[in-house]
Amino acid sequence: MVTYNLIGAGLIVIGAGIGLGQIGGKAMEGIARQPEATGKIQTAMIIIAALLEGLAFGALFLGK
Amino acid sequence: MKIFQQSFKFLALVLLVVLPTSIFAKDTKNDGGQVNTKEEVEAYILHHIQDSHDFSLFSYTNDEGERVHVGFPLPVILWTSEGLVTFMSSEFHHNDDGSVIVEKDGLKFAKIHSKIYELDKGASEVKFDEDHHATNAHRVLDFSITKSVVGILVIGLLMLFWFSKLARQYKKKQIPTGFGRVLEPLVLYVRDEIARPNIGEKHYRRFTGYLLTVFFFIWILNLAGLTPLGFNVTGQLAVTACLAIFTLIIYTASGNKDYWMHILWMPGVPVLIRPVLAVIELAGALLIKPFSLLVRLFANISAGHIVVMSLIAIMFTLKKELTPIGATGLSLVLSFFITLIEVLVAFLQAYIFTMLSALFIGMAVEEHEHH
Amino acid sequence: MDKLLNDFSPGLFVVSTILLLALIALMVKFAWKPILNSLNEREEGIQSALDAAENAKKEMENLQADNQKLLQEARLERETMLKEARGLKAKIIADAEEEAQAQASKMIAQAQAAIDSEKKAAMAELKSHVAGLSIDIAEKVVGKELSNKGSQEKLVEEMLGEATLN
Repeated sequence: MVTYNLIGAGLIVIGAGIGLGQIGGKAMEGIARQPEATGKIQTAMIIIAALLEGLAFGALFLGK
Repeated sequence: MKIFQQSFKFLALVLLVVLPTSIFAKDTKNDGGQVNTKEEVEAYILHHIQDSHDFSLFSYTNDEGERVHVGFPLPVILWTSEGLVTFMSSEFHHNDDGSVIVEKDGLKFAKIHSKIYELDKGASEVKFDEDHHATNAHRVLDFSITKSVVGILVIGLLMLFWFSKLARQYKKKQIPTGFGRVLEPLVLYVRDEIARPNIGEKHYRRFTGYLLTVFFFIWILNLAGLTPLGFNVTGQLAVTACLAIFTLIIYTASGNKDYWMHILWMPGVPVLIRPVLAVIELAGALLIKPFSLLVRLFANISAGHIVVMSLIAIMFTLKKELTPIGATGLSLVLSFFITLIEVLVAFLQAYIFTMLSALFIGMAVEEHEHH
Repeated sequence: MDKLLNDFSPGLFVVSTILLLALIALMVKFAWKPILNSLNEREEGIQSALDAAENAKKEMENLQADNQKLLQEARLERETMLKEARGLKAKIIADAEEEAQAQASKMIAQAQAAIDSEKKAAMAELKSHVAGLSIDIAEKVVGKELSNKGSQEKLVEEMLGEATLN
């Protein structure tokens, strides 16, 4: 039972990691393409990252 | 310099008020209360991230093998089956496994894992089942002045002191002096970078006060959590839930017609789908948004505390493998860098909580162009 | 999830709700309202000062432009005045010359007329003198020569011819 929980937690972390990587990477690309929009891109990036993080934490705690 | 002197005065005042009540409590555990093994470290960390009923600064083992706790007790205020009961937390003698029973007003209380249980009538000691749940005791409503409440009070008073001083400075001149110069850009930052862009030029004034309070409250408490005083206020689910529910109430109460229309009867989609969308949107607005707010803050701060303490615990757990000097060095280096990251996280979480609150409020008061 | 719910302390929730409500109310009343008002006032002050400076600059520019214009006008006026003066000078000189010329020619004409009348008078005088003389001569000649009729006529004719010559 504990092992399954841990596997689930691992899956959540993998998923969240991929998602965060995508967000960060795309934001960097956007900033590189349009440096003058850095502020807006960063804000949007943090919001999406925060939502994803909330989802991941929710899943982790539901599984715990 | 002046502000340092005043801070010292303030701290000295707090200590003067508090120290006479502090005691050098002793408890007679056989192992001397030392934390050496992995299991003990785990238990210690889990104990630390919970709220506690007394403010212990540190503890040591004296020559007679007794554990001496330095700190001060806090009042316990309980709403029991027979009404209000109060006593000082020192009556539990730092016991946390339910073996010390406090009798008050004919009721018996035990403290198990930082929670106070009321024993059922006729029971003289707590019995546990195999999952370590108490079978003959139940939780009571605990309005105690716990360590977290002390933290909230101290930080709240500090905030009031700092910012009302800043407010008074503006009466005399346009530009603040001393510590006010540090606070002013922060206030401007919250107003111009969080409140104004996310809520909109028209409505942001109404909500700036709330956002500022929440931002500084979370940030200062996060930072206080990194000090050796060991507050873990923003890592308490009850506190983050309270903050998230405030935000929920504010954006639900200030939502305009368009906002409710978009939730309950989404325009521009087929009529058959609208009820389904309404359920999803309602769940999103009333459950998922506040839940993500409260869990994010709680989890980040708790995780930060666990990581820092685990890295400090490398000192004992890897003593055999790395020699004492190696283990200490490794733990110092790692915990130093993770603490730096935690300082960043302390700010980031305050920022994200405030910004998401502002964003949710902004969504609720936004005026859509009619199409 | 069970553990999470077990960790949740309703008492702390109530206490922190009360404390936070109090904190928010106190902070809004004693800190944020005065601070934000002062900040707004200061920003508006700065904005109005900037606007005033901008206006002053604009006014200054206008003034300078006006000055420039006035200067230009003055210069033009001077130019025209100078031109006029120059024209006037030339005219005066021309007029004076003309007048002088006229005066001179008038004087010359008068002089000529005077000379003519003098001449005529002189001529008349001369004629009368000549006539007197010729009468004298004639008396004398007549006295001597009237005996000779032919030479008499010849003389008269001669005399007449001479007289008409003038």
